[in-house]
Amino acid sequence: MYAYDELDRTLINERVSEFRDQVKRRLSGELTEDEFKMLRLQNGVYLQLHAYMFRVAIPYGTLSSKQLRRLAHVARRYDRGYGHFTTRQNIQYNWIKLSDLPDALADLAEVGIHAMQTSGNNMRNVTSDQWAGVAPGEVEDPRIWSEILRQHTTLHPEFSFLPRKFKIAITASEHDRAAIKVHDIGLRLHKNADGETGFEVLVGGGLGRTPFIAKIIKPFVHGRDILSYVEAILRVYNQYGRRDNIYKARIKILVHELGIEKFAREVDEEWKQMGHSALTLDHSAIEEVRSRFSYPAYEKLPHMPDELKQAAHDPLFERWRKNSVAPHKVQGYSIVTLSLKPVGGPPGDATADQMDAVADLADKYSFGEIRVGHEQNLVLPHVAKRDLPQLWKALDRLGLATPNVNLVTDIIACPGLDYCSLANARSIPIAQELTRRFANHDTAEMIGRLHINISGCINACGHHHVGHIGILGVEKNGEEFYQITIGGRADENAQMGVLIGPAVPYAEVADVIEDIVEAYLALRDRPEELFVDTVKRLGVEPFKERVYATR
Amino acid sequence: MPLVKNARTTTDLFVQIADGAELPGDGAILVPAARFLEDPEAVLKHAGKVGVVWPNNRDLDDLVPYLDRLAAVALVFPSFRDGRAYSQARLLRERHGYDGELRATGQVLRDQFVFMSRAGFDAFEVKKDADADAFAETMKRYSVFYQPTGDGRVTALNRRMQLRHSESAGQ
Repeated sequence: MYAYDELDRTLINERVSEFRDQVKRRLSGELTEDEFKMLRLQNGVYLQLHAYMFRVAIPYGTLSSKQLRRLAHVARRYDRGYGHFTTRQNIQYNWIKLSDLPDALADLAEVGIHAMQTSGNNMRNVTSDQWAGVAPGEVEDPRIWSEILRQHTTLHPEFSFLPRKFKIAITASEHDRAAIKVHDIGLRLHKNADGETGFEVLVGGGLGRTPFIAKIIKPFVHGRDILSYVEAILRVYNQYGRRDNIYKARIKILVHELGIEKFAREVDEEWKQMGHSALTLDHSAIEEVRSRFSYPAYEKLPHMPDELKQAAHDPLFERWRKNSVAPHKVQGYSIVTLSLKPVGGPPGDATADQMDAVADLADKYSFGEIRVGHEQNLVLPHVAKRDLPQLWKALDRLGLATPNVNLVTDIIACPGLDYCSLANARSIPIAQELTRRFANHDTAEMIGRLHINISGCINACGHHHVGHIGILGVEKNGEEFYQITIGGRADENAQMGVLIGPAVPYAEVADVIEDIVEAYLALRDRPEELFVDTVKRLGVEPFKERVYATR
Repeated sequence: MPLVKNARTTTDLFVQIADGAELPGDGAILVPAARFLEDPEAVLKHAGKVGVVWPNNRDLDDLVPYLDRLAAVALVFPSFRDGRAYSQARLLRERHGYDGELRATGQVLRDQFVFMSRAGFDAFEVKKDADADAFAETMKRYSVFYQPTGDGRVTALNRRMQLRHSESAGQ
């Protein structure tokens, strides 16, 4: 965990005071709603269908138990007793009152949490692998670099009024859990031939109405130069990104219109001019940030403790363990994913009581640390294997042990028309219905890894383009219709899904998904072939035939 | 529209010249970029101080050769949300070494002051009187800064490193 020092604390307190003053000026009428809109958006406050929505940053998805308890407190005191974890490792509250916001922020600031730049046309929360620092085989802990970037992008004097929002994601593993290829800048940490740490830099990825997979702009940027290189990209974007049309303002459009070669030349030219600047990170600067991270004092534990051997006789425990427990880089420990996707529940929601209980479990079993993943689940990153049976029982009582991680019911969904003023259609009830259809865990296990992503509009907050099955809500003659894509993925082999045919009405979506899954079960050449691989092998046609033959 | 310099509202000594208007015989003038570029040498012969209003979508390269003879450059914020002039300001100050007046014009509101000052602006044509009055107070909002810019403010990282040095020296 990164520990805030006095300077970090001072800055977020100063931001709370500033926002308090801005709210005061809005409530007194000194600021018009139009003027205030830009200010509240810089601090994560949207006006939704029914109320203000408040998005709080969880930088690179890392939380302490103390911080999670405070998030629970905000849910309880200022909202309706729950929060919604998002695909960018943040948390949203949907029912907060404007006049309460400064106090909620002040409460969060006490534990080092803020809402800076969780919306607006600025550099958003830097996201990373939810297994950062614990995944086996990682190049190094990407959170050091995430934190360096978090600080650098916070209240940046040049890039706080960009053409459009700007998202950076970092991974340090072969298997990309941070979806870096669908970010404005994706950074893949790796080492060069001399063993020096640096980044493969990708640019121009993104979803929304014009989806693009990011392109490699530079195969290796040395760690010491990463801030200046990112700054060069942003400077080119700030000056030349389109501002005439909100739908063409993301950097992906600039990269696409210029072509990656020309864009790369512009960035290189700017970068050369910057030369050796104050942005160059020397070794001691990097070590200063690294030194503020604390790591658990792991015990020397056996690979296979007796507790685990005994619990293996319980099929329910085994089912959960096989599904939700992943190898840790330290022997005797595990990474445990807590599914926020119970059957019939809205994906990613957690109640204040659940948050408090998870904080307690983190203290007891995970060195007080919790992670949030972009799949809208929570993670306890350092659980001793001997504690797994006890933890499982506790999670089961809390409704957080649904053994469906990465399975068909582990659905990513945006809030949709139930909350969002941009949405054309509902997302949550579709997800809920699908979790009921596939509620049988044996069936879900037999289907295997299958990501369903649902967005209630073209803005793609549910990342439907990169779902193995993507569901996009559209409006047709005042009714909710859904376009279905298949074959998308967000990992290191990221690609956009392909539309299988005409949109279907709300009432038919779950049937269509069942048809697609049945087609897959019939078409896969062996049980290990994942849905997404079958689609890759056979293309869309056989699925299309199956779905539309009877419709 | 009040002009804020040195944290105080002050009289604007520059006369803004409209496109196509005659230049006055003397006194400080702010000339639109297009007019200036028609014949820069002629404008620079003007008896008083010369400043140029530079649009935010025009490359600075055309202005750079004249910077050392300009008393002011005014950059434009057509709206609060259009941040191109922040980049221009930093380039003028940090890359091209411009040290004359750097003025923010357009939709300039209280909540941009700190950003603008950090980017190198030192004169502000502020839209609202109340915001101009609040300038000095607003500039005190922040005492911690993460990014190095040309404004000379010490960054959080530098403060931490200094602290480390003094701690290790004391041991």
